[in-house]
Amino acid sequence: MHLHKFEKIWLVFGIISLIVFLSIVGVTAFSQDHHPSGGMDTIDPKKVDQTAPFDNPGVTQIDDDTYQVAIVASAFSYTAPELRVPAGKEIIFKVTSKDVVHSFTIDDTKVNMMVVPGQITTRAYTFDKPGKYLILCNEYCGTGHHFMFTEIEVY
Amino acid sequence: MIALQDRKLALWYIGVAYIAFLIGTLMGLLQVFIRNDKLDLPAWLDYYQILTAHGVLLALIYTTFFIFAFFVTGMSKSLGTFGPKVRLVSWIGFWVTLIGTVMATVMIVAGEASVLYTFYAPLKASGWYYVGLALFVVGTWISSFALIGHYRVWRKNNKGQLSPLFAFMTVTTIVLWLIACLGVVATVLFQYIPWAFGWTDTINVELSRSLFWYFGHPLVYFWLLPAYIAWYVIVPKILGVKVFSDSLARLAFVLFILFSIPVGFHHQLTEPGISNFWKFLQVVLTFMVIIPSLMTAFTMFANFEISGRKKGATGLFGWFKKLPWKDVRFTSIFIAMAFFIPGGAGGIINASFQLNEVVHNTLWIVGHFHITVGTPVAMTFMGLTFWLIPYLTGRKFTKAMQKLAFVQIITWSIGMLLMSTSQHILGLLGAPRRTAFSNYNNHPSALEWFDGILTSHVTMAVGGSILFLSAMILIYIVVMSMFLSPKALKVEDQVEFPMAESDKTNTPKWLENWWIWIGIAFALIIIAYAIPLSSMIMHAPPGSEGFKTW
Repeated sequence: MHLHKFEKIWLVFGIISLIVFLSIVGVTAFSQDHHPSGGMDTIDPKKVDQTAPFDNPGVTQIDDDTYQVAIVASAFSYTAPELRVPAGKEIIFKVTSKDVVHSFTIDDTKVNMMVVPGQITTRAYTFDKPGKYLILCNEYCGTGHHFMFTEIEVY
Repeated sequence: MIALQDRKLALWYIGVAYIAFLIGTLMGLLQVFIRNDKLDLPAWLDYYQILTAHGVLLALIYTTFFIFAFFVTGMSKSLGTFGPKVRLVSWIGFWVTLIGTVMATVMIVAGEASVLYTFYAPLKASGWYYVGLALFVVGTWISSFALIGHYRVWRKNNKGQLSPLFAFMTVTTIVLWLIACLGVVATVLFQYIPWAFGWTDTINVELSRSLFWYFGHPLVYFWLLPAYIAWYVIVPKILGVKVFSDSLARLAFVLFILFSIPVGFHHQLTEPGISNFWKFLQVVLTFMVIIPSLMTAFTMFANFEISGRKKGATGLFGWFKKLPWKDVRFTSIFIAMAFFIPGGAGGIINASFQLNEVVHNTLWIVGHFHITVGTPVAMTFMGLTFWLIPYLTGRKFTKAMQKLAFVQIITWSIGMLLMSTSQHILGLLGAPRRTAFSNYNNHPSALEWFDGILTSHVTMAVGGSILFLSAMILIYIVVMSMFLSPKALKVEDQVEFPMAESDKTNTPKWLENWWIWIGIAFALIIIAYAIPLSSMIMHAPPGSEGFKTW
């Protein structure tokens, strides 16, 4: 198979760029724990209200520098009372759904989690700036999907 | 011209494709005005019903029916007239696909299936919607087997020869489609249908999502490869050159079989139930398609330059001016290619593991697929439509129609540029996709999204309206070429099927040994999917009951 000289240069350049790209993505992901949201924990979608931590949704302080926020999503709202968390501390969001697939997305942040019934999605995030952030569902969940939102206050 | 019976089959496919296109684009127009808060739908019609219809009719029905029209015509031209068996099986395939399409569409219109074209469980549509989808896929399989049968007859009669490039590429696309559909067939047949009809109580949601995306990503390559066939085989003929390299063209295509399937997890990067290792592995495999894409880009520019220089171009970029810009068959496809540059780059961003969090399920993604399938693929199909229908009907592609075709592609480009730019920026700001008009109780950040000039509701609506206008011009051209344009009685008026010569003398035979490629493809699929899918089954949480939340 004949490769034109320019094509060889072009492909070698392309493949090297590809390796560089992937190495940057991979190294930052696995050495600095910079993963997208996820998690392997499961839950019975019919017993969400009886299962910890979702039996007591909202903010819990775990230690000086860590807070956990448990949230239950269902069509078309979030069960998440009084969402107030401090800036500069690690906030661990844990979200699950009682019915269909939703998302838990905080505007202006990198928190963008798919919420799948039967699974618990986890994402750690540290807010830099205080303020009121819009939380919305960006996965279609039914007629009222565009009314599914809430707010989190960072102080 | 190809045999009358084969032309009839192709024309029926095109007819269905453009009926779907007409309804689908109308749904698109309604959407931009609803999002703009300028249109209130009557109570019996819902935004998400329209969105479902828009997605299914354009992304699935228009593309698939057009692709088969193109394949039937090209296979008949490159390998000869269909035999009676191939023809019969093709028609059966056509009708089964059409029945499936009609069933699914009726369920959407009836409001029994507002589940969008991804139909994520546990949203539960009517069981007949899933049966319709299954029939649609089975129908395409029957048609695919007919084309493969036709190809095998040719191989048997031409022992030891490589097939013509068009036929090779068609078979590659079909092999990709058959392997890809295994995922959606498995989930629809064994998960959705028993659950929707009440034979099982619950569904394993994460498994159904993963099987869907096993299919969902190669689906986009099923749209793209026929466009690539046009780029590789049709465009050089219009330019007056040969295929740049027969062997590289074939190699690029088989690489798509390998690297477009074991990659579905890059649509699921922000969801639970898949460990980071498997997500990342599939990200790496996803990026491998960049290699055949780079080969394609090189080939395209090589064709342009060779053609320009043949016509006397000098200097580094002189060839650019010598391209046949006045030929709408070329200009349409050139614009399609140009849109694919940002489209492809955006795809790399989307698949970049953690970067996906920034864009996942935002309007950015909507912008992305409008400048991938919505323009590079769709406009290539438009560029083919202009001559394909007159070729099949034996009518003229008149001067007036050619002018109108220019108006059509230019309006489509402008409309898409406005709408997709606006969608990309809005997505980066955080505006969600698949969402009817909402200002989230006048939340300041939501109001801020739509404040810019490019990101205002007006820009998207203007873009959408121009696109609809363009779509209607195209429908007019289609109707004219189908039924009304004057018959091409003189030879010089007849429209050609431009198929470039391809020199196969140096092409290695192993490129057409399908078992090698199918074997490697399955090996990669097993590596990428076997462990995560079996863990989804073994460690499954209690399943989900169905919900009808619309």
